Amino acid sequence: MAGPGTSQEMMAEIASRPGRDTVLAFVVKAAFITASLGFLAALLFAPLITVFATALSKGVELYMSSFRDSDTLAAIRLTLTVAAIVVPLNTVFGIAAAWAIAKFEFRGKSMLITLIDLPIAVSPVVSGLIYVLLFGMQGWFGLWLQEHDISIIYAVPGIVIATMFVTFPYVARELIPLMQQLGNDEEEAAITLGAGGLMTFFHVTLPKIRWGLVYGVILCNARAMGEFGAVSVVSGHVRGVTTTMPLHIETLYQEYNFVGAFAVASLLTLLAVVTLVIKTLVEWRTGYKSKK
Amino acid sequence: MNATVRTPSILPGFGLTLGFSTFFLCAIVLIPLAALVMKTATMGWDDLMRTLLDPRAIASYRLSFGASLLAATLNSVFGFIIAWTLTRYEFPGRKLIDALIDMPFALPTAVSGIALTAVFAQNGWIGQYLAPYGIKVAYTWIGVVVALTLIGLPFVVRSVQPALMEVQRDLEDAAETLGAGRFTVFRRIILPTVAPAVATGFTMAFARGVGEYGSVIFIAGNLPMKTEITPLLIVIKLEQFDYAGAAALGFMMLVMSFILLLSINLLQTWGRRRHVAAVR
Repeated sequence: MAGPGTSQEMMAEIASRPGRDTVLAFVVKAAFITASLGFLAALLFAPLITVFATALSKGVELYMSSFRDSDTLAAIRLTLTVAAIVVPLNTVFGIAAAWAIAKFEFRGKSMLITLIDLPIAVSPVVSGLIYVLLFGMQGWFGLWLQEHDISIIYAVPGIVIATMFVTFPYVARELIPLMQQLGNDEEEAAITLGAGGLMTFFHVTLPKIRWGLVYGVILCNARAMGEFGAVSVVSGHVRGVTTTMPLHIETLYQEYNFVGAFAVASLLTLLAVVTLVIKTLVEWRTGYKSKK
Repeated sequence: MNATVRTPSILPGFGLTLGFSTFFLCAIVLIPLAALVMKTATMGWDDLMRTLLDPRAIASYRLSFGASLLAATLNSVFGFIIAWTLTRYEFPGRKLIDALIDMPFALPTAVSGIALTAVFAQNGWIGQYLAPYGIKVAYTWIGVVVALTLIGLPFVVRSVQPALMEVQRDLEDAAETLGAGRFTVFRRIILPTVAPAVATGFTMAFARGVGEYGSVIFIAGNLPMKTEITPLLIVIKLEQFDYAGAAALGFMMLVMSFILLLSINLLQTWGRRRHVAAVR
């Protein structure tokens, strides 16, 4: 004989249990989502939108014309050149280091991994400083370089080397955990069946790691094109000669040319967006979540 | 390399790949870092101390370390909330926001610097609402904290997310059935599992903040003794051709990086051990 009274009591009893569908759970959920979105809106979304809003604030015509400036074009060209040198070299390094670390057991391996990660922990300014101390006028090789009329610091080679230092770990640290996780069985089978080392790499390993490699390379590229601190220390800021895109942004900004500065910034923002899109595609493709 | 230092394997290329990566590592990373250590070593002890304990330098440490500490703390709180929201709740746009968390990683620091300055300047989108209350963000130490918070954001979220996914939901359910309140479940089950991850993310965000340059110099105002971070002081010393002074400060920061890197490794080991213990 279950009357309406007992049923209501039961409902009240259920509602008082700390379950998932209570009012409190809903309030907590709403509060968490609001806090998250509010924080991200102020700190991340607003600045991102500002970049494009300021770049386009004086109209599309002026936005487009900022890319006709010869110094801006020179900065874009330099940034592309630096990335074209740095990214392939660091990719080859990353693959070699990942092969040695993931495929073999040897003494000092964890030490090697820590040293590879080191540039991420070092301040960008210190990354630039070390090359000034090495190749600058008062540096170890300064005199020798001057005698042979080679300039590294305050010239393009310095920018390339400093960028290489800063982006050094990205491909390697993406590939090492991936290759360790995938194991050696297939490679060992290939070698046993008589394949050579290169053939094994290109036909067995590369197809397995290609998505991780793609992500490592684009991240390395984004960092190489966007590096500011290290490059700023070694560049010397010669307009149109040793200013990369991030440095050119600073120059334009200090001249109160906000449309120009944010126009160049909008290109780099688009690069970052493309990088994240590729990253997300890679993750969906593989179901593999890269660990940071 | 020979067979005594490695376990035998039939795979080829060990000598070549290890040799190449070690050579590259030495040429690009280790030898240049050694140059910094050597340059500092040529300074006398008194000179070194005079540079490191200069009042302007000490003011810069206070700002660099203080702001990084504050930013890392803010990131620990909001990073946990964001990681929780992204792993536990379904809402429209969740995947998009999850992808955007990595933005500060991919976005060049100069871009985030000028963009944050524009937003938080007195006539900016957010700055105009803070100005009537007398809160100035851009060109003050608060601006430095804001910039470092943005830069450090992905570290805590990305470190806590996998840990939160590992929390065994059946343990939470069991605790609830046994009469544990929401707060008890959080304190006794969730917190112990994610604590190492939060600590790791905190340290990573802090380490990144201490060295950060690009995004800070635009928003900081860069007044000596007030809003001047240590990396900027290094740049200023270099511009004055005070190489030894720059090297001394750089060396100090390098030692800090080493210590922080070591702490991160220890924290990660702690986290792994926690996880293994939980699975058992």
